[in-house]
Amino acid sequence: MSGTRTTRTANMNRLHELRRSAVNHFVTGLAVFSTVLVLVPLVAIVGYLLYKGASSLNLAFFIHVPAPVGEPGGGMANAIMGSAVILALASSIGIPIGIAAGVYLAEYGRGRHLGNLVRFTADVLNGVPSIVMGIAAYSLIVAKQHHFSGFAGGVALAIMMVPTITRTTEEMLATVPHAIREAALGLGIPKWRTVLSISLRTASPGIITGCMLAFARVAGETAPLLFTAFGNQFTSFDMTQPIAALPLQIYVYAVSPYDEWHRLAWAGALVLIAMIMGAVTLVRIFSNRGALQGGH
Amino acid sequence: MMQPGLDKLPEITVPVEPQPSAADAAPSAAPSAIRLFLQQRSAGRWADGAFRGLMMLCAFSIFAIVALIVFVLVKNSQLSIHAFGFKFFKGTSWDPVSGDFGALPFIYGTVVSSLLAVAIAVPLSLCVAIFLLDICPRPLRSPIAFLTELLAAIPSVVYGLWAVFILVPIMRDNVGPILEKYLGWTGFFVEPNFGVGMLTAGVILAIMIFPIISSISRDVMKAVPIAQREAALALGATRWEMLRMSVLRNSRLGIVGAIILGLGRALGETMAVTMVIGNHPDILKNLFAPGYTLASVIANEFSEASGDLYLSALIEIGLALFLVTIVVNAIARLLVWAVTRGESAGHA
Repeated sequence: MSGTRTTRTANMNRLHELRRSAVNHFVTGLAVFSTVLVLVPLVAIVGYLLYKGASSLNLAFFIHVPAPVGEPGGGMANAIMGSAVILALASSIGIPIGIAAGVYLAEYGRGRHLGNLVRFTADVLNGVPSIVMGIAAYSLIVAKQHHFSGFAGGVALAIMMVPTITRTTEEMLATVPHAIREAALGLGIPKWRTVLSISLRTASPGIITGCMLAFARVAGETAPLLFTAFGNQFTSFDMTQPIAALPLQIYVYAVSPYDEWHRLAWAGALVLIAMIMGAVTLVRIFSNRGALQGGH
Repeated sequence: MMQPGLDKLPEITVPVEPQPSAADAAPSAAPSAIRLFLQQRSAGRWADGAFRGLMMLCAFSIFAIVALIVFVLVKNSQLSIHAFGFKFFKGTSWDPVSGDFGALPFIYGTVVSSLLAVAIAVPLSLCVAIFLLDICPRPLRSPIAFLTELLAAIPSVVYGLWAVFILVPIMRDNVGPILEKYLGWTGFFVEPNFGVGMLTAGVILAIMIFPIISSISRDVMKAVPIAQREAALALGATRWEMLRMSVLRNSRLGIVGAIILGLGRALGETMAVTMVIGNHPDILKNLFAPGYTLASVIANEFSEASGDLYLSALIEIGLALFLVTIVVNAIARLLVWAVTRGESAGHA
């Protein structure tokens, strides 16, 4: 009697074990399957970009301005130049402000309410949609000037760079050991020199990484440029006037009904991605080389 | 987001200010006192003050930026706020010619496409996070993590380009008919299906927010102490039971935070959605039908808006979008912070 009960319990136990291990295998399989599923669009996107972009990329793309509708050829020379100018302006405003704010957070604002508030505001600013940034730049600059300008576009992108740079700078400065700072102070070096020549210098690979990531992020932004830089069919370096930009040009060409323009859009996308991937790869090299690793 | 510090985050020990406790006063309080003394006696006191002021100015400019954005949005949308009041968010007609503006179709489009994206992206992201953390063979781990984070580096307009020429035909010719055949009775998938519409927007958004949800939830799962995992394994738990009992349960708050961050990104996403959602202000149950979102209507109509009221209505839409994403992001940040802060305290 008791023997059968034991066997029954044993059987139930075995069943239970089987079910547990089946569930375990099922979840493992699900995780593997999902990862494969997620890698498919990535490969598809990169694959199509290479296939479509490379076949329509030629020298004319880099040295010619857009051709009128219906004429073959033409390129995006003006858009590449325009993007370079806008991004240079954005970087020269955004990077110094971002690094300085990061220095404040790491060197002066640690453990203070004010510092936490700045940190929180930066995180929130990071999540503001880029199109809203465009409206703000439009209202502040374009509406006052009464015409679209490359300057407004640069400012909108600069604002978007600040939070990312601030937070990475702060994180990287936090890894600099306190003993190094104290040694500098002990030699009679003022605090500002200590921050500039010791802390920032020690953390520089990480900070450069942050700047490149912020750059890579805004380089592909289209929405804030729609009604600030606006776009231009001709080569122009005048920041007070509408100026062409690569992402903007890709958008205009992608939604146009002309095959020739679609071809150029793919080529433009490939160039844009190559630029961004170049920046990200540089980041990888920088952050792996000469970074301070657990120097406590 | 590809944050360089994400992978190394747990290793970064936040420098703890020496505590002036009685027991170990001598070794830990001394450096701080010396430092204060040196700083006070330093030759560059004035320069120090100026430097500090400059850094502070830059940090506070972040407040100023946010305040300025709020100010211009509120100021420039006054016309529309006064003309329509709260009715603006309930009205369903968007008619620039007769000057009648209601934002409900755009709110509907934004909410539905974002929720769709979250519904598709969350299970996949969590599975990938678990795979990378526990299942993946070590040599494959970093390439796959890098590949998934590469998705975050692709600009929105390139996603849009890809979606217009590749995803739209697939949704129209391959996915659409299957959904219509098996789920057509629900009323969500009704022909005609042109490929552009709410569902396609949801899919492209899901691809775009996947890296955020996946990498942040991986970080919060990583923050669960090893002892918790080992305790579960020592009790004879299988891998899934260990993940469920110790990892997922302990990090659920942070995972919710990651999901809300993804939602915030989806709500404000502009270019890719504008290119595939069809841009038609309708409120329809059918997910194949075209829709319109808050961000898309701004992108499409802002630069050619004629008349002050029209422009003002568009800016009010921008204000609404701004406020919603601020609230969503603040909630998400607080949740993620709550988890990671507890983790750093546990390490110390």
